[in-house]
Amino acid sequence: MTSLPDNPSGKQLGLVIDLDTCVGCQACVVSCKEWNTGGYPAPLTDISPYGPEPLGAWLNRVHSYEAGEGAAGRTVHFPRSCLHCAKPDCVTVCPTGASYKRAEDGIVLVDEDLCIGCGLCAWACPYGAREMDPGEKVMKKCTLCVDRIYNENLPEADRQPACVKACPSHARHFGDLADPESEVSILVAARGGYDLMPELGYQPSNKYLPPRASRAQEDGRMLEDAKPEGGFLGWLDDLLSR
Amino acid sequence: MHPAASVILFTASSGAGYGLLFLIALAAAFGLPLNSLYGAAASFLALGLISTGLLASTFHLGHPERAWRALSQWRSSWLSREGVAAVATYLPAGIFLLGWLFPLPEALWKASALLAALGAVATVICTGKIYASLKTIRQWHHPLVVPVYLLWGLATGALLAAALGPLGTATDSFGYLAAGGLAALLLVKPLYWSSLASAKPGSTAETATGLGGIGKVRPLDYAHTARNYVMEEMGYRVARKHARRLRGALLVSLCLALLLSLGATLTAGWLSGGLALLALACGLLGVALERWLFFAEAEHKVTLYYGATAA
Repeated sequence: MTSLPDNPSGKQLGLVIDLDTCVGCQACVVSCKEWNTGGYPAPLTDISPYGPEPLGAWLNRVHSYEAGEGAAGRTVHFPRSCLHCAKPDCVTVCPTGASYKRAEDGIVLVDEDLCIGCGLCAWACPYGAREMDPGEKVMKKCTLCVDRIYNENLPEADRQPACVKACPSHARHFGDLADPESEVSILVAARGGYDLMPELGYQPSNKYLPPRASRAQEDGRMLEDAKPEGGFLGWLDDLLSR
Repeated sequence: MHPAASVILFTASSGAGYGLLFLIALAAAFGLPLNSLYGAAASFLALGLISTGLLASTFHLGHPERAWRALSQWRSSWLSREGVAAVATYLPAGIFLLGWLFPLPEALWKASALLAALGAVATVICTGKIYASLKTIRQWHHPLVVPVYLLWGLATGALLAAALGPLGTATDSFGYLAAGGLAALLLVKPLYWSSLASAKPGSTAETATGLGGIGKVRPLDYAHTARNYVMEEMGYRVARKHARRLRGALLVSLCLALLLSLGATLTAGWLSGGLALLALACGLLGVALERWLFFAEAEHKVTLYYGATAA
């Protein structure tokens, strides 16, 4: 059923991604592929993985961008995966009912037995979150590790998405974003977490925490000024510069 | 967007088929002079083009054997609605075709003709809406997209109906309708292009990443070392280089089709028939060019993550 759930449970699971601490190591990308090629969307195939032109489906990609110029500029590593939107067009455009949003926790999933591989949901997603599996010929996407987070065969500490568990710099957080008291919601409020492309009205659930302002200049981590003004050093500099 | 040959063939072929079905059905319902050879041939050709198109559309599916499932989500999906409208139109269209070959009650035959015409329009509207409903592509999410799909259906359908004229119709209406549809396209396409050129893209690399507060955003390292589905499907850019020339070629083929179909209407005998066939050839070249440009010029917002600055 590709109509969005009328009466959501009031729960919306999702990720909070800290662009300040992400180091772009790609560990989340690899652990995502590793878990999911054996998990819910298995197999997550690659065509010619060791050949000259490999092509494969991955559910999480980490870009690196430069923003701003000169001393104000920053390098920002930018993980990109499904945002589990509140108003996802990828669900409503699906002609077969394969793409759906769960009422109980807001996760957007694909039922691979119903998917005809038309690709329209990928066209409808501005975030590039969906990739056609080149071997299976059905659409694949982030499941928020639905087969980990409720999995009672795993120790409780491991009932988190694989990407969150793998992150060495604690840049990924998982929780209920609809609950204002949850750890992730408190983090989003404290750090000014934001939506990607809010102008489209998809209302993404995942939030991004902006990089903190650069402190290099204000706390004296820059080299001292080579041309001192005034004082003994200034006088000496003037004298020696003649 | 990647212009898949199967999707271009599908939209152009089924559009022309539905246009032809619409015109023949209305002409029959309102008693225009068509003989049964003409009526049967035109209806058969219309259904053939529609079926070819629908079959072609299944070639771009990963799992064509599950295509029937696409009829289930008409409540939310324009693609599903299109499938339902297409399947539903077959019934009255089939009865309408049989009516040319076997005697059927007049009321049943005329009612089928009207329902087939209605179904043809509904299906083409759904085809246009599949594209027009996507907020991710501003070139498609535009109020002129559905009218352009309808006009192409009318123009190519009328060109076909006029080209079949020698089989037995005394009416000029199809030639004039073709000329009218082509003239409307000659007005509407430039209007669409200028509207896109003056509109500001709604999203930028800064809104896509949320990093605009720091400054201009540009890619430093790509997320993957090889190609991926998103880049192949949504990142297609080759044609945009030649967009101006291709738009010119489209306008020239529209003008030629218009002049030739007027020439065919004003002349008689073998000359008229030959001109109508040439007009049809120009019109079909035009619709293929237009559909190809429709995809190739479409800029998907996901390209903002791959180096595009605005979309």
